[in-house]
Amino acid sequence: VKVAYERKRYWNEPTLTLWERSYLPEIVRGLVVTSGVFLRNMGRWISGRKGALTTYYPEEQRADFAPINRGKHVLTQRPDGRPQCIACNMCATVCPAKVIEIEAGFDPDDVAHPKFPVRFEIDYSRCIFCGLCVEACPEDAIRMAREIPSLPSANRHQMWLGLDELLAWNPQKDVAKPYPPGPTTRRTP
Amino acid sequence: MKELIDRIIIQQLGHDPQSWPLTQALYLLGMLLVGMVLTTFGAVFAGLLSWWERRIAARIQSRIGPNRVGPQGVLQFIADALKLILKEDLIPSDSDHILFRIAPYFVMTGFILTFVVLPFGYRLSPTNMNVGLFYVVSITALVVVGILISGWSSNSKWSLFGGIRAAAQVVSYEIPAGTVILVPILMAGSLNMHEIIRAQGGAPWDWFMFQTPWGYASFFILFVAMLAEGNRTPFDLPEAESELIAGYYTEYTSMKMGLFMFAEFIEIAIIGALFTTLFLGGYNLPYMSDAGFAFPGGTTVALPHVAVVLIQLVTFLVKVMLVCSFQILIRWSLPRFRYDQVLRFAWKFMLPVALANLTLTAIVLWSHLKGPM
Repeated sequence: VKVAYERKRYWNEPTLTLWERSYLPEIVRGLVVTSGVFLRNMGRWISGRKGALTTYYPEEQRADFAPINRGKHVLTQRPDGRPQCIACNMCATVCPAKVIEIEAGFDPDDVAHPKFPVRFEIDYSRCIFCGLCVEACPEDAIRMAREIPSLPSANRHQMWLGLDELLAWNPQKDVAKPYPPGPTTRRTP
Repeated sequence: MKELIDRIIIQQLGHDPQSWPLTQALYLLGMLLVGMVLTTFGAVFAGLLSWWERRIAARIQSRIGPNRVGPQGVLQFIADALKLILKEDLIPSDSDHILFRIAPYFVMTGFILTFVVLPFGYRLSPTNMNVGLFYVVSITALVVVGILISGWSSNSKWSLFGGIRAAAQVVSYEIPAGTVILVPILMAGSLNMHEIIRAQGGAPWDWFMFQTPWGYASFFILFVAMLAEGNRTPFDLPEAESELIAGYYTEYTSMKMGLFMFAEFIEIAIIGALFTTLFLGGYNLPYMSDAGFAFPGGTTVALPHVAVVLIQLVTFLVKVMLVCSFQILIRWSLPRFRYDQVLRFAWKFMLPVALANLTLTAIVLWSHLKGPM
């Protein structure tokens, strides 16, 4: 069947009615909408509830971070609580923003892992949260967690996180993968 | 003011103001004092208004708004002004330096000078000019000169477009505004701001806005015209952010830019004061006279003059804030007009309606006149 020429209809054709084109009722309608939102939010604030959709950072944090959100770094631990990090500096080398600083220490008693980090610091003012350090780590010692660190401060040096905070991650399971048994001597703390 | 200083000279200092040589110096001191008080008042009021606008905008958009500086963020404007003062004051090398420097002061002066006649309370205005309203209308015309100068001298396309738009728009809308402002003048029979307020009563049905249908109509005509004259949304073409960055003050930095912002907010307040005076009964409260309250049951509350003036001042400012809030609500609700729509609206709709309104008012008032025709 041959269809006669049909004028194309566009999705954005003007479809205003005479009522809408007279402008004034639509102005009033718009004002009613905005003042309605205003009054609703104001009523919420006055009655002690929250009348905003935004998150009041840093007092509040979003609850809807994705489970795979790369919020902050954590250092995994051995079963005895020592960091799994062997201070090999591979994360610091691969880091595109050069934010990881590691100072290695030597522990002659621990034959399997004689190197351990004395200092492990990350500058969150420059970190781009790319996750390359996690990829580069041969020991699964650094991971990224869903939570975000509490960084806002008047001092930029507060944006460095050190060993104490990075090791504060204590999940109930999967602390570290089990190591094959070997001649390891436990370092007494 | 002059009488007050004269009285102080006679009573406190024991001199004759006519012959005492320091009389003129005292007058000058008094003028400076009043000027400083008014400018400070204007600055603080405009600053608070900027906070008020931002908070209302946040409520409308389900945000929180400035709430860090001071309780609920009231002192935000001080932090803003401090920041602006500390910024580098850049002057574009290709601009017209002298004009570029003086332009913000034209805008500022045009608005600050209107404070001279604003009736904050009974006898509480710096001067009681018998052409007060005419003075307001004419002195605010200085603002468009400043806007034009800033647009031209910046040597920037955005500024120039902003200046051109402002000139076309403000000049166009001054005609319907000037026409319709005659309606309350006709109803009050005076150009004096205090006389206009005295001609109205305390209760809402005694206000010029609700007394007569033409008063009601002229309120809205004048409101639209004033929004356009003040470059407020939906007529904010001269400073349309999405098209012209900041319009005529794109190139301004530091406190010069702050002066433009300040003028913008003080203009909201002045529009509010003008509407309060012309249509909303000014500082009148129901059952209130200059001596105190006189309720219909026969009970009277006598108040000292200072208390009466303070109550009137508060009444006036509350009404001003209501009008300002309405302007703010409009700003955060309505989209911007197109340039040709703005001018067509002024010439093809506002002006005929304003003229018809004025003619109707004049005919009705004339037919009610007593005495020989």
